[in-house]
Amino acid sequence: MTKKKVVLTFPPESIDQPITYRLVKDFDLILNILRAEIHEEETGRMVLELEGPGEAIEKGVAYLKEQGVEVQEAAKDIELDLDDCISCGFCTAVCRPRALQLDDESRELRFIKENCILCGLCVKACPLGIIKIKF
Amino acid sequence: MSKTFDEINQKIKDGQAVVVTAEEIITVVREKGAKEACKMVDVVTTATFGPMCSSGAFINFGHSDPPIKMKKVWLNNVPAYTGVAAVDAYLGATELSEDKGMEYGGGHVIEDLIAGKQVKLKAIGFPTDCYPLDEIETCVSLKDVNQAYLYNPRNAYQNYFVATNSSDKTIYTYMGTLLPKHANATYCSAGQLSPLLNDPYLRTIGIGSKIFLGGTQGLVSWEGTQYNTEKERTKSGVPTSAAACLALSGDMKKMSTRYIKAASIHNYGISLFVGVGIPIPVLDEEMIEHLAVSDEEIYVDIYDYGVPRRSRPHLGRVNYKELKSGKIKIGDKVASTAPLSSYARAKEIAEVLKGWIKKGEFLLSEPVQAFPKQKKLLTLEVRAKAGDGCD
Repeated sequence: MTKKKVVLTFPPESIDQPITYRLVKDFDLILNILRAEIHEEETGRMVLELEGPGEAIEKGVAYLKEQGVEVQEAAKDIELDLDDCISCGFCTAVCRPRALQLDDESRELRFIKENCILCGLCVKACPLGIIKIKF
Repeated sequence: MSKTFDEINQKIKDGQAVVVTAEEIITVVREKGAKEACKMVDVVTTATFGPMCSSGAFINFGHSDPPIKMKKVWLNNVPAYTGVAAVDAYLGATELSEDKGMEYGGGHVIEDLIAGKQVKLKAIGFPTDCYPLDEIETCVSLKDVNQAYLYNPRNAYQNYFVATNSSDKTIYTYMGTLLPKHANATYCSAGQLSPLLNDPYLRTIGIGSKIFLGGTQGLVSWEGTQYNTEKERTKSGVPTSAAACLALSGDMKKMSTRYIKAASIHNYGISLFVGVGIPIPVLDEEMIEHLAVSDEEIYVDIYDYGVPRRSRPHLGRVNYKELKSGKIKIGDKVASTAPLSSYARAKEIAEVLKGWIKKGEFLLSEPVQAFPKQKKLLTLEVRAKAGDGCD
């Protein structure tokens, strides 16, 4: 038995499909949904831990890709030094779970770590290159 | 009630001028009314801090011994243009490094120089009797060069666009990363704080206007490239998309990296965040009406960047209050919104400029020449086939 943590990006049209259910039923995987951000009509994101025989995990991941779901390896941590941040907002454009958001009043960037699903999209989106990812 | 530039400057010199930011004036006008606000307030400070690709620096390196007529020049391996006099060069903000690609470029060299760092200067020459040297390699900092000034052909756009993406692929644009099927939408303006949105007909801003640029005093040098007065306006006079803009210049030796920052826009290229602040004199009630404009009254057009053509499909119009709420509707989709221009830093610039004026360190300058009242945008048409002449 092995474990693998992945970040899944669901296209809006797949939201009504019971994809995680299929992973359990057809591939006999043990799933632990660590974080999820899924709404109707929108691109969804989920951090998922898959547990099962290596081959079953591979097949499960292949199934996800067939369904149009993007599969990325999950990071361990995201680091951001807000002292260097200019609060431009570029990172908030790709942060679907709103872990990175601008304060309503001050319009300064806030990093709400509990919301972060560790997808790492902000790392490349930051024009100053000050968001670091740890695998 | 009307005031002149001279009367306002006298008040600044006497320490009597009342200065507020373009955010504060909204409340003043709401509470006191336009007439009273016009009497009370003398200057309103506006500002913006966004990525402005059309930026760059003129540098004169001084002459080496023996002297060189530079034909090609690189700063930290980023090419600069030297088809002017022997040791003059123009370094464009978006120029890419020859070894680091999109990670480092002209904008980064500009930021490094302003930070006081040494940069590697490499040049090859075009040897002549008066300029015999054919190559030079050395290190320079801002202290070593004669002049280093930003000359930004297009900054401080009056409004811009909202960018979204209808395609089913993520696209990487100068408007940031746009997710498929309108999942997000980006915008780039300081809205109610933005200079040219507070003086929509450029009554007080023209050639020679003194401004805040990158942390020091700079100047409006010319109309910005692609300056356009023909965009649709709302009733208050504010255009609903990118319209007028400014060419700005200022001394890099006095700038600060707090207000000039290089940007690497993922899979697009390099740009430069430029901090601009413009003081607007409260000449009369008409000016105060313009200055009182708030985010909910400033509308901006949404365009589909998923269609890579000059005319992109127009998908609607929203105001900045809606954009700042975090979500807008595009057709039947809900898009999360994100700015690309820092409102927080723009607010700071408006405060800094307010401080300078209050202390009497910064006087307003009446434009030497106003900008054209009417000017439309031309486009580039392909008329000749490759290899054909132009007659």
